[in-house]
Amino acid sequence: MAHLTPMPVLEPVEDRTMILNMGPQHPSTHGVLRLILEIDGETVVRMMPDIGYLHTGIEKTCEAKFYQQVVPLTDRIDYLCPLTNNLCYCLAVEKLLGLEIPPKAQWMRVLLNELTRINSHLVWLGTHALDIGAMSVFLYCFREREDILRLFEMVSGQRMMTSYFRIGGLALEPPIGFFERARDFANRFPSKVDEYENLLTGNPIWMMRTKGVAKITAEDALALGASGPTLRGSGVDFDLRRDMPYSSYERFKFKVPTSTDGDVFARYMCRVQELRESIAIVQQALDGMPEGAIKADAPKVVLPDREKMKTQMEALIYHFKIITEGFAVPAGEVYQAVESPRGEMGYYVVSDGTAKPYRVHMRAACLANLQTLPMMCEGRLIADVVAAIGSIDIVLGEIDR
Amino acid sequence: MPLPPAITDLEQLKSHPAIAKLLAWNPVAVEEARFDRDEISIYINRDFIRQACVLLRDNPECPFNFLSDVSCVDWLPQEPRFEVVYHLLSISNKERVRLKVRLDGGSPAVDSVTSIWPAANYFEREVYDLFGVRFTGHPYLRRLLMPEDWEGYPLRKDYPVEGYR
Repeated sequence: MAHLTPMPVLEPVEDRTMILNMGPQHPSTHGVLRLILEIDGETVVRMMPDIGYLHTGIEKTCEAKFYQQVVPLTDRIDYLCPLTNNLCYCLAVEKLLGLEIPPKAQWMRVLLNELTRINSHLVWLGTHALDIGAMSVFLYCFREREDILRLFEMVSGQRMMTSYFRIGGLALEPPIGFFERARDFANRFPSKVDEYENLLTGNPIWMMRTKGVAKITAEDALALGASGPTLRGSGVDFDLRRDMPYSSYERFKFKVPTSTDGDVFARYMCRVQELRESIAIVQQALDGMPEGAIKADAPKVVLPDREKMKTQMEALIYHFKIITEGFAVPAGEVYQAVESPRGEMGYYVVSDGTAKPYRVHMRAACLANLQTLPMMCEGRLIADVVAAIGSIDIVLGEIDR
Repeated sequence: MPLPPAITDLEQLKSHPAIAKLLAWNPVAVEEARFDRDEISIYINRDFIRQACVLLRDNPECPFNFLSDVSCVDWLPQEPRFEVVYHLLSISNKERVRLKVRLDGGSPAVDSVTSIWPAANYFEREVYDLFGVRFTGHPYLRRLLMPEDWEGYPLRKDYPVEGYR
């Protein structure tokens, strides 16, 4: 497997090749990705990604915070799917605590996670098409994304850094009118996906730019740790939501789109079909939304309701204790993985029995997916590099953390 | 819901496919095993980690063909100080296993697994970058996230959260 760990590019090996620097300030690198390319004319001979421009030390910061204070930090990792990060971290800590989450909270989490997936895929579709030259798709995608951001604003008060999930459930009851608006969106959205597909799927220019470009085989993708649509586009039928369900995903019916071509077009088709599947899950969640509590019955971990806090002495004491000294989590370690829009997002949380996590490590799907990029691009044109970057859907915030 | 107590007795855990395979191969390689919160952790002797990984990847009944993650925990002031943690996933059997290697604080080093799963390339570079654990046999062990000329290893417990000023 020596071809999967390519030699780094530092200086040209032949007289006819030259080194070209791409990024970190480049509009089509989706953030601050820097690529060092060795090129022979227009052809990429070798490539080395250089990352770390957004490193903020979130893992270190987590070790200095109480468990509940880490939730807002997780939003900042992958800023296109904050709720998926919230969910993964909360599930990990809940597993450490042995907490049971009421059904309504679990279904709300599924509902919001699928909306987040749509939101993230819309940004991907818009920017990916923009990179390749289809300008107008971007405007269509951001039109629908705006609706989703309004829904997030309704539940959490924030459009992007939502921090809506709490250890033990949700922060607040969803407001009046939220479900109606969500349903309205879910009814409208499938026809919008048709619009995007009308613009792209059969478009000859789009096909020429994406079909057969940046191919990767299933074996190579697996060996390099790729996950999510990047892996499914190569024909590996694996989705954590279906195969290792969490947060009551086992009660939803949905298909997992795959393709065996392994090129940019295959990954595009996987994600576009995922948009349709996600909206079907949203519909099911809205139809079957259970009644009941939104927080677990664990007064030492979950903050009391505002009303109770003002009328009951005990609730006030618990509130004061959770805010000032946190809550102790039994010693142990947990690895919780969820299917983020980009692949397997994992949180490895180690507790030493105190109120602050001993170690929080995030398994970034993008970091592993990025390793497939040199494989995809070598021997192809520079213009294809841009298509390949878009097709693995990287978020540099998650890669660098 | 009270948590069930962790199982640490190797005898009771023998039925797990990964542990059974490793014990049948070399009982010395398995130092300890732990089943806690539905997750299995196996402590591997540091000299055997590469071979143990090959064995688990090529196991026909339950191939752990996907390396999810490599990370590290610093247990300062305990010795051995570092624990390198590997999370493996078997896509066909939908099974996870966690391998751990204990390393001394002096000059921590362990064999690289990049030749088994090329995915380990960035993961190990990240651990090297933030903890200073060396992976022998890694093709390009350089800092990944921090600047090239950075001094110190930020995720070690003796490194202040605010950094050195």
